[in-house]
Amino acid sequence: MIRIANAQGFWGDSLEAPLEQLRGGPIDYLTLDYLAEVTMSILQKQYSRDPQAGYARDFPQMIERGAKEIVERRVKVVANAGGVNPETCGQAVAASLKRAGYGGRLKVGVVTGDNIVGRLDDLIGRGVELRNMDTGAPLADVRARVRSANVYLGAFPIAEALRQGADIVVTGRCSDVALSLGPTIHEFGWKADDWDKLAGGIVGGHVIECGAQVTGGNCQVDWETMPDLAGIGYPILEAEPDGGFAVTKHPNTGGRVTVAGVKEQLVYEIGDPRAYMTPDGVADFTTIQLEQAGPDRVRFWGIQGRPATEFYKVSISYAAGYKAVGTLVYGWPDAYKKARLAGDILRTRLERLGLKFDAIHCECVGANACHGDALSGEPSPDLAEVTLRVGVRGGDAAAVERFTREFAPLALNGPPVVTYPSGGKPKVEEVIAYWPALIPKREVTATVTVRPDA
Amino acid sequence: MMTRVPLRRIAHARSGDKGDCSNIGLIALKPEFYPALVAQVTAERVKEHFRELCKGEVERFELPNLHALNFLLHEALDGGGTVSLRTDAQGKTFSAALLRMEIEIDLPAESS
Repeated sequence: MIRIANAQGFWGDSLEAPLEQLRGGPIDYLTLDYLAEVTMSILQKQYSRDPQAGYARDFPQMIERGAKEIVERRVKVVANAGGVNPETCGQAVAASLKRAGYGGRLKVGVVTGDNIVGRLDDLIGRGVELRNMDTGAPLADVRARVRSANVYLGAFPIAEALRQGADIVVTGRCSDVALSLGPTIHEFGWKADDWDKLAGGIVGGHVIECGAQVTGGNCQVDWETMPDLAGIGYPILEAEPDGGFAVTKHPNTGGRVTVAGVKEQLVYEIGDPRAYMTPDGVADFTTIQLEQAGPDRVRFWGIQGRPATEFYKVSISYAAGYKAVGTLVYGWPDAYKKARLAGDILRTRLERLGLKFDAIHCECVGANACHGDALSGEPSPDLAEVTLRVGVRGGDAAAVERFTREFAPLALNGPPVVTYPSGGKPKVEEVIAYWPALIPKREVTATVTVRPDA
Repeated sequence: MMTRVPLRRIAHARSGDKGDCSNIGLIALKPEFYPALVAQVTAERVKEHFRELCKGEVERFELPNLHALNFLLHEALDGGGTVSLRTDAQGKTFSAALLRMEIEIDLPAESS
């Protein structure tokens, strides 16, 4: 059995969780997921301005703070912190170890090959159209506006880095579950066609990939009695060679590991449960067996898998116009009616200005913003306050900019009992949209480099 | 005795996003509630329930091993996470929105 602790569900997750996972009890591996879809386009932009940037800077900082435990407890670390610049991230990790007084003790492995933004013209030229999985359109339609393009690599390059002796593995884009699946492949010697075992590892990876969302965070069942959410424990996967596993957390941490919470995480961001697709195999979630096997411990077994497909998924981001969102707060009484009226006034003024947008969206936070009018029902006239939130989206940056000037006037020339939040006029943002596509696996080569710490 | 209850009384849920598609996993709080979910929380009813938010089709998948259903709501996120102008651009609260739906169920006295 190996113990794999996840301490980062996305970039922006707890800065303390990695240290708590290292210090709270025995673990063999620490995994950290830094890359949401939006992250890659931001990192690509940073990289284009500075070739030493483009990775998750939080990661080398975390390594420096946790170096003592990582070295002395012999914990291996796997993170997709490399973003669009895994090599430089790996160098930053080595520098962190040195600064912490542990230079020359560990090997840092780097996985590259996921970043294909520089190869797009070649690929398209050779007939790899990278059609949008949702719309069917070829990438050529938005080629000039592409900002980043990264293949979701699988777990085997991570396993290879570990086989070559890496203590810390830094990757660019890979499937979320690869971070924990790589270590199990390496430790248990799973083969590329051990479909059921791989499926177990895939499900285990999915269970822990969102951090504390499986240990009581976001859990709807008995949330009011959830112990010590302030000190919530992050998940630990206890993986077995046969593909079975248990999920648990360190003792004396907050939260709860229950069947109810685990089921919520299992159904989180899945499609057809019979075919949970990853680069390393397809897991059938309808074969999952689980039970409460003790306090804060859920055991899984019986998971079945099927062969991987011949394709990798590619996440491509592209510029898709501009947007801005502004808010005004309306107070009791009849706060909702006032906010609605102000929204209508704003629409009329935009129309009279002749401004054209692809979308104008008005919502009333506190009354209908999340679930819409039909489901939220008629708001009470006694609501203490309602936030009017209006956004526009379109291809014309000047029109979006002009829209942002229409909020402040409403503080004086609209319905009463209004307060204009501090922070000035809304900001115009560039819209980055996503283009999911498939690429034949033969077009992609993952490269693994393992170097002793300088 | 048959009782009309909101789903929140007999189920819990979690929702997330993939592009402009929202997924909602709906899980029976007790195994004995699952058949009522299967029979009544159909893709058609969910589409009708979310008519204001979801512009595309609704697909439903069954996970009898987890006493759960998974729904995919296509074109439900105003273009998707980074494009959307909504507060809930990723449909994180759609789980609770689904739990507003009411169904008929034969509840024993202590849980009604």
